[in-house]
Order: sequence, then C-alpha cells, then structure tokens
Amino acid sequence: MIEARDLTKRYGDKTAVDHLSFNVEAGRVTGFLGPNGAGKSTTMRLILGLDRPHAGTATIDGRKYADLDQPLRTVGALLEAKAMHPGRSAYNHLLFLAQTQGLPRSRVDHVLDLVGLGEVARKRTGGYSLGMGQRVGIAVAMLGDPQVLLLDEPVNGLDPEGILWIRNLMKQLAAEGRTIFVSSHLMNEMAVTADHLIVIGRGKLIAESSTQEFIERSSDKYVLVRSPDAARLADVIAAEGGKAEPQGEGNSHSGLLRVTGLDAARIGELAAADRVVLHELTPRLASLEEAYMELTADSSEFGAGATPAALQTTASTTATSSTTASSTTGSSTTGQDSQ
Amino acid sequence: MTTTSPAAPSAAPIAAPPATHHVGFGHLMLAEWTKIRSVRSTVWTLLLFVVITIGFTGLFTWLTESNWTGPHAADRDATIVANPVGFILGAGIGLGQLTICVLGVLVITSEYSTGVIRSSLLAVPRRLPMLAAKAAVFALLIAVLAEIVSFACFFLGSSILHSKVPVTISDQNVLRAVLGAGLYLAVLGLFALAVGLLLRHTAAGITTVIGIVLVLPILSGLLPGSWGAHINAYLPEQAGSLIYSAHQTSDQLLSAWQGFGVFCLWTAVLLAAGAYLLQRRDA
Repeated sequence: MIEARDLTKRYGDKTAVDHLSFNVEAGRVTGFLGPNGAGKSTTMRLILGLDRPHAGTATIDGRKYADLDQPLRTVGALLEAKAMHPGRSAYNHLLFLAQTQGLPRSRVDHVLDLVGLGEVARKRTGGYSLGMGQRVGIAVAMLGDPQVLLLDEPVNGLDPEGILWIRNLMKQLAAEGRTIFVSSHLMNEMAVTADHLIVIGRGKLIAESSTQEFIERSSDKYVLVRSPDAARLADVIAAEGGKAEPQGEGNSHSGLLRVTGLDAARIGELAAADRVVLHELTPRLASLEEAYMELTADSSEFGAGATPAALQTTASTTATSSTTASSTTGSSTTGQDSQ
Repeated sequence: MTTTSPAAPSAAPIAAPPATHHVGFGHLMLAEWTKIRSVRSTVWTLLLFVVITIGFTGLFTWLTESNWTGPHAADRDATIVANPVGFILGAGIGLGQLTICVLGVLVITSEYSTGVIRSSLLAVPRRLPMLAAKAAVFALLIAVLAEIVSFACFFLGSSILHSKVPVTISDQNVLRAVLGAGLYLAVLGLFALAVGLLLRHTAAGITTVIGIVLVLPILSGLLPGSWGAHINAYLPEQAGSLIYSAHQTSDQLLSAWQGFGVFCLWTAVLLAAGAYLLQRRDA
C-alpha cells in the first residue's frame, strides 16, 4: 500500500504538489488522473524519494522508499520513457540494476522475455523506438518481482497491441494482489484499466473514488427527442414529471428536446398516446471524457487563455448535439467495458 | 514492433523472486563495473589514453634524442639530464591526462544527461553507496591501467634516451615517480568525477576540469612574488604532478608526497561537496 500524507512540493514560487493525501491499496489498479502539469509525475517522484518534499510524507507499506533494502524487490517504477544510455544495451541496463539488488542474470533474461524484447536486448538502446524503450522500462519495473508498481504514463508510445498488452498485464498483476499505481492524462484509458481513481489538478486532490462510482456520478443520462410539435411534447413530458429543455441548433426551432427524468420507452409511449409525431428518439450517456474535462477544466495548468486547446475544451463541454453524439457512443462503450 | 510482439502476459507467468540474501558493497561495485564497461565511450577514451600517452612519450623522447645538443649547449637538455624520469613521464601524461579528465566527468554526467541517474538512485536510494562504489571502481580501473601505461612509457622513453641520458628504474626516486604517475592519474580521474558530480553537465564539467588542469597553472605562473608562487604550488595539477618527477628543485615549496597530499585533499573536498549535494538535490 502506498500512503501519501500532506505531500507538498514547490519549485520556486510554483506549487507542483499541494497538500496531497491519498492511499493506493493493494490488489487493484489505481489510476492517477490529471491534465498535463497537474503534478502526477512529481508526486510519483516524491513517493520514490527522487525529489524531496517541502512537507508531508510518502510511505510504501509503512516505510519510506529510502529506507527499503533492495528497493527494486519491493517497488518497481516506470518513470520517463527511454531513460537509458543510448550506447548501452537493454540487457546491460537491466544487468547493472539486477546486480545492485543481488539478483541473478536469469532474472534479466526472464523480464526481457516477459516484455518480448529477448531478441533485440543485446543491441544498443539508441536505436530503439519509443515503444521498445517503454517495454524496457516495464522490464526494469518488473525486474525485482515487486509487490508495488508505479507506472507513469505507461501506454505512451505503444501501438494498440502494446496498449492491450500492458492493460492486461496491469490487471493480472493487481489480481495477484499487487499494488498498481498508474498515471495517465487520458480518462478513457483509465476507465478501462483502473479499478479506482485518484484525480488531481494543480497538485490538489479533485476526486477519489472507484472507477464505477466515478462513471456513474459523472455520467449524465438523457434522451434526445426531435419532433415537429416539440412545444406540445414538452408539456406532456413535464406533466409526467420529466424535464424537457429545447436544444437550439443556433436559434432556429429545430424541434430538438433534451429530456431527463424519463426513459426513451416512456417518452415514446407518451408521444404515441398524444399522437405527437417523433423524428428522433435517442438515449444518450454524456461522455466520460467530458465529465473529466469539466472536473479538471479550472485546474488545467496550461489550459488558461485563448489557446486553441482551451477553445476546444470549451467547445466540447458545451457541445452541440452533433458533437456530443459522436463522443457519446465511444464513451458509453468504454464505460461498459470497465464493468 | 511486429517482430518483437510480446507473449500474452498469461502465457508468461511471473516467477517467484529468487531467495533473498544480503546485498553488499561488492554488488554495487559489480553494478558500477557493468555500467562503465558497457558503453563504448569508456573503451574509446581509455584506448585514446593509452595511444596518446605512450605515443607522445615515444615521439618527444625520440625528437629530443635525435636533436640532442648536450646539457652545456641547451637549457632544455640540462633539465632533462637533471630529471630524466620527469621528462619521460611528463611528455605523455601532459596530453594523455586530458582523456582521464574527460572520462572522469563523463562517468557521472552521462547518467544525468541520459536519465540513468534516476534508475541508479531508485536502485540505491541512500545514494552515497552508489557514489562510493562508482568512485572506487573508476579509480581502481584508472589506477591499474595508468600504472601499466606509466611503466610502459618509462621503459619506452628510457630506452630511446639511453644513449644520451641513461636512467633505470633502480635510480633514486625513479620507481616512486613511475608508480606515482599512475596514482596521480587515478586521483585526477576522481577529481574530474567530483567536478562532474557538482556540475551535472558534461560540457561544463569537461571545460572546468581542463581549465583547472591546463589553464590555471599558466595564469597563476604569471602571478608575482612569493604569494603567487604559493598559489601556484598549491594548485591541484601543480601539486599533484610533483609525484611523477624524481627531482626536487631548490625553489620547490612542496615535496613530492606533500604535493600529492595537497592534490588528494583538493579531490576529497570536491568529492565531499559533491556527495553532500547528491544527498540534498532532487535527482
């Protein structure tokens, strides 16, 4: 178990991690979510004793990282991709690390096979692709067969096959009772991988809950209804206890309603009973990615100002029906995958 | 990536950890040895050291021998007659030592420039044992190689100069000077490593060390009076290089061993400062 208590780290007058406290439990994958610059990597470096906090503590199974004997046998970490000497082979990189822990050479071969780099391991890492470098990083993390794993953006640079592989690996390792702490800035990736979520922004804790809970809380269910007689339909829905808001595409009366409180079947029945013509009746689930963006919008380090990224964020959170439709399909699928 | 597709994790179960046993300093030295031998820059730099040092010893002694005018005709020849072993060793080491400076800096700064330092410190989070192992392995490697090169230089140079200035290993202070050259280079390597550790940047480290070894003695040599002479005498390279000269001149402020001691003190102070910062700074 990883415990962070009141962790604080400042660089100059900028606070990267701000009184952050959380627990990462064993036996499940805990996702560490936040926009770029939220302080995810810094938090991991504080846990690993690479950076020194200004206040607070981080412990692993009750002990500070620096107090661990043979730390790689307790904790495995993947920080930045390709943190290797380009002139050294992956084999020798792993070998020197194994030697510091008193691990045999056979362990090096084993983890290289595990990540599928057995054949190229004797070549210098300078020629490796980003994805291969990432695999070496995972081999490093697995070297000491640790009970606790910290992975900073592990899917970066991996092809779809590699992403699937690491997702399954993390789930398998968690199922074995290990503690898996994995950071990402992609909500959808975490939705299918993590059992539990810790969301931070500007170094502060924004949310901590199980992934399912997070999805349910964030998922905004509603039904889109289009009718040439929208005004009358809205009255009928209101009379039944539903809530219908006109959805303007511009200011024109498109006849589109966003209905909450009633499901699609009930709306259809009501329309049939009142002989209101329907042109569209679509159940919708708000995008998880949108919910996450809304949650972290105020805390995005680089989102301020009228940058294209900021404009995009605004556009998608107040999305018109057409853009919502496309993103909705994707996220409702991913939401189900995780359950 | 298609050729390196990994097996499904389920097909490759994770093995139980091997039996735990105590990890000692020897393991850390073995790891540092793996690091140092597994990059080409080490091999090339050391090869350059051997070629330059022995090559220039041969070249300078041969040029001197073939242009010999006798101690009464030229000051240069007179100083060689007074201190033949200092001349022989100085001819090659003067330039060859620069490769040791470069390698000493690189051994630590390459870890910072590539990010390997974070792997190293995650493996040895107390940090100081990692530095101690690195310094020990590097100093041992340079000491062994530099002693071999030093003896090779002496025997090569003395055989070339033999007809003009006969000098043998059994002459007074000669064995000390030849052994001393190897020791000087090993400490110089540590000195460069310490500077690299303080600056954590390859170009800055190499520039600083070469400035201290090559440029400072020239500048301080221009200082007037006895305080200028004192400053000059206590500079790292000036003090340290006394150990590979058999001859003690009357205006010398330090003996060979005193000079070497001053050089070791410089190195120890810089290493201690580097070790302190390694403990304090974010990696």
